[in-house]
Amino acid sequence: MDERMHATSRPTTIRKADAGAEAVGQPERASPALKAESRDLSFFYGRFQALKGVSMPVYEHQVTALIGPSGCGKSTFLRCFNRMHDLYAGNRYEGSIVLQPDDTNLLDRDVDPIEVRMRVSMVFQKPNPFPKSIYENVAYGLRVRGVKRKNALDEKVEESLRGAALWDEVKDRLNEVGSNLSGGQQQRLCIARALATDPEIMLFDEPTSALDPIATASIEELVTQLKQKVTILIVTHNMQQAARVSDFTAYMYLGELVEFDKTDTIFFKPRRKETEDYITGRFG
Amino acid sequence: MSDHISTRFDAEMEAIRSGVLSMGGLVEKQMARAVEALQQDEDATLVDAVGADEREINRLQVDIDQQCAQIIARRQPAAVDLRLILTVTKIVNDLERIGDEIKKIAYKASSIRGSDRLTRLRLFDAVRMASGAQQMLRMALDAFARLDVNAAAEVITEDSDIDLAFNAIMRQLISFMMEDPRTISAALEVVFIAKSIERIGDHAKNISESVVQAVKGKDVRHATAAQIRAEVAGE
Repeated sequence: MDERMHATSRPTTIRKADAGAEAVGQPERASPALKAESRDLSFFYGRFQALKGVSMPVYEHQVTALIGPSGCGKSTFLRCFNRMHDLYAGNRYEGSIVLQPDDTNLLDRDVDPIEVRMRVSMVFQKPNPFPKSIYENVAYGLRVRGVKRKNALDEKVEESLRGAALWDEVKDRLNEVGSNLSGGQQQRLCIARALATDPEIMLFDEPTSALDPIATASIEELVTQLKQKVTILIVTHNMQQAARVSDFTAYMYLGELVEFDKTDTIFFKPRRKETEDYITGRFG
Repeated sequence: MSDHISTRFDAEMEAIRSGVLSMGGLVEKQMARAVEALQQDEDATLVDAVGADEREINRLQVDIDQQCAQIIARRQPAAVDLRLILTVTKIVNDLERIGDEIKKIAYKASSIRGSDRLTRLRLFDAVRMASGAQQMLRMALDAFARLDVNAAAEVITEDSDIDLAFNAIMRQLISFMMEDPRTISAALEVVFIAKSIERIGDHAKNISESVVQAVKGKDVRHATAAQIRAEVAGE
């Protein structure tokens, strides 16, 4: 028995990704449709290269989580999808992000970033409602788009607030300022605002790290419901959150995509040792 | 494999791993006693020793299961840690069942003393079969200690030898009983002993299947021997 107590050898096996089966002999499930795809995407903050040739699919009506240690490039990658980096001088993209079904490269100079942000909306870490009423927070994007008729605005505001599971709580006080709401409610207001323009993709950048556990759980529940309507990309530091809410997970490190696979696979049997070390809390 | 950032997590994982190995060592000791009980005259101290250690095996099962539950609750383990914990919960279950079968063998062996020559002859077959099951158990526990899927695959495919031996004993005993009904009582005891040994082989196979799942992340419980060999070979 002493020999066994000190046995340390552990065979590692690296093989190509198994698309579906955990049990040997079970049929594989078909992959979902592609909504977007980054192709050899690199990004530079001035001279510093923050992303290095990232190629990754984003599947339609699925939640894809981006995980990795601080500085790995996950938020940088996320912000390429809605051209946030355009707001600052000296930033540069290489490669492409292609949106389906129209095969548009979101990073093309000829593509208007405002149009991109209509199709790809974002929710940030700290709830940031506008200093306006609840109603105006949601209606703002629609007004920018040119919607003027009150009926149309009312309808869309209610639809978006319902979509964010906030309508019942605020329907009698739509004229109150958004900042009067609790943290969790403010974040749902931001989600409603992001939903109002009928985006195809929603980006969530650590959406619950400023919230208490109950508010976090309600946002996670919402994300699971929202994917029926939109495609979701979520950056999170909380690995258990990634495991709970996402269908696919991408592990990034130092600007590179280390591994991308179904969440079930990543959290049960990842292909790369680096991925397994990160998610099990083993750092060299 | 490198250590967790949390040294307590490492300690907890090592505790369940060494718990399984301790429990396995105890079950192996019991197995040796069972083989001895089949070979020699009635020995009350042997049977008592089996009973005492059987209680310790049961206690270890409960203890290790509780430790696993606490790790799951506190640590939300993922990947290799999760697979290892799931494997440990299955293995302690199989080891406890092996312990039960061994107790049955030891108790029944004592009730066969003084039977006719032919029944005692069949006991020799049972001893051979028990040695085979003992070897399977040893290999399965070694495979767990080293997380060695090749060793685990060997155990899985050896289980068919134990099954063949059981069928052979059954056929011979059935002929016996048909020829001389006076041998039925003693012969049935040998059948039950052989059945217990066959079950021990099955549990050793289960342990090996759990090892494959821990390493490969693949559930091979209902796969054929060819599929398991292919899986282990990495095809």
